[in-house]
Amino acid sequence: MSSGDTYRPSWGRAALAVFLKDWHSELRTRYAISALGMFIVTTISIVLFSLGSEGAPIEALSGMLWVVIFFSAMSGLSRTFVAEEERGTAMTLQLHAPSSAVFAGKLLFNGVLVIALTILSAILYAGFINGFVIKTYSIFILTIAFGSLGFAAAATIIAAIIARASTKGTLYPVLSFPILLPLLLTVINATRLAAEGALLEEAFGEFQILISYIVVVVTISSLVFDYVWKD
Amino acid sequence: MGYRIALGIWLSVVIVLALTLPMVAQPQHWYDLPIIPGLEGRARIIFFHVPTAWLSALAFVSSMVYGIKYLRKRNVEDDIKSSSAAGLGFLFCLLATVTGAIWAKFSWGTFWNWDPRETSIFVLLLIYGAYFALRSAIDVEEKRATLSAVYSIIAAATMPFFLFIMPRVLASLHPEPLLNAQGKVHMNTTMLALFLASLAGFTGLFFWMWNLHVRTQRIDLHQSMTKGE
Repeated sequence: MSSGDTYRPSWGRAALAVFLKDWHSELRTRYAISALGMFIVTTISIVLFSLGSEGAPIEALSGMLWVVIFFSAMSGLSRTFVAEEERGTAMTLQLHAPSSAVFAGKLLFNGVLVIALTILSAILYAGFINGFVIKTYSIFILTIAFGSLGFAAAATIIAAIIARASTKGTLYPVLSFPILLPLLLTVINATRLAAEGALLEEAFGEFQILISYIVVVVTISSLVFDYVWKD
Repeated sequence: MGYRIALGIWLSVVIVLALTLPMVAQPQHWYDLPIIPGLEGRARIIFFHVPTAWLSALAFVSSMVYGIKYLRKRNVEDDIKSSSAAGLGFLFCLLATVTGAIWAKFSWGTFWNWDPRETSIFVLLLIYGAYFALRSAIDVEEKRATLSAVYSIIAAATMPFFLFIMPRVLASLHPEPLLNAQGKVHMNTTMLALFLASLAGFTGLFFWMWNLHVRTQRIDLHQSMTKGE
């Protein structure tokens, strides 16, 4: 912003600008998209090879879908903050946008990324894995929507923490897993309900947990993000 | 000095009583413990296992409280308290897991079967492990203190979800003689008193160890600071 040091964009514009910045730099390098995409293809083919033509009980299959999603998310989601540190642009961003706007922008970007990743893995998984048939689509779609948002919420704040540590890659799943476990258990349960053909009402308990998880994690993250982001 | 000796005597008496008091079907004397159906002699674990589990939770909360304090005041002393509490919490969490697993072997026939309580304590162990992995990955003291405090806050915020999730996923076989589903207390007065005495004794032990740990950490910090100058 060459117009001078008094220029301050509004909060919404700043958040949107952070999102768009990440969006454009992602489209330029396609780092996260290709990493995540390849990771999904790799893990799903491992599941395919290990199952062979045998198939597996639906409980195991719905759990395995989220194993695929968890590890692919872990391979790419820390990128948003780690890239800022690697390029040395974190300081510039600190000067130009309030930290809550940075968090909102990054959260939005990660949210879009996780939703795309979950939809892709769900389609590939349902297409290639024998025996994984969804009977109640409404439960499955809502699970994917809420599950992705919860994933993005927890993954964003952990990514912010991890970007400041010296061993960035290996620690990310270690730190994320205990935080994400309540979410994982719930989405696995909801996916099983969807595959078993349960009624939409039967999954309301799961959705309540997912929504409150998203609210709690986003609230706590936005409260503490300032401490992580500012030196 | 005095309180350490008192604590030592207190805990020795509690441990000896917990292991030796007779268990009878119809308690008549003041020193008789009741037999809890389904648990029998294995019920004695309550005097050791429950205090360790309680302390791992207490240490977790204390660590988070001092983490918040650090974020507000930026006082290194608070970070020492926070990380020391987490270290002791990890120790007591391991003890609770191991004693619980041994008990499970004799009561349920297997060391581990992913009972909701076992899952929760496993997640607590994971959180402690992640906390120390994070601490070891950061070299700068202030940064380490800030980030680990933030992590413990986030972990503490997501922990309560297990209270709602676990009952939906699995049914528990874990005994709850103190407060069971019917709200009935199986313990008699002697057992309850001994249990509370053990809880108090172990809590005292925790605070003594915590204090000791904080003091040695403080000396280490001063030494590294004077060396650096």
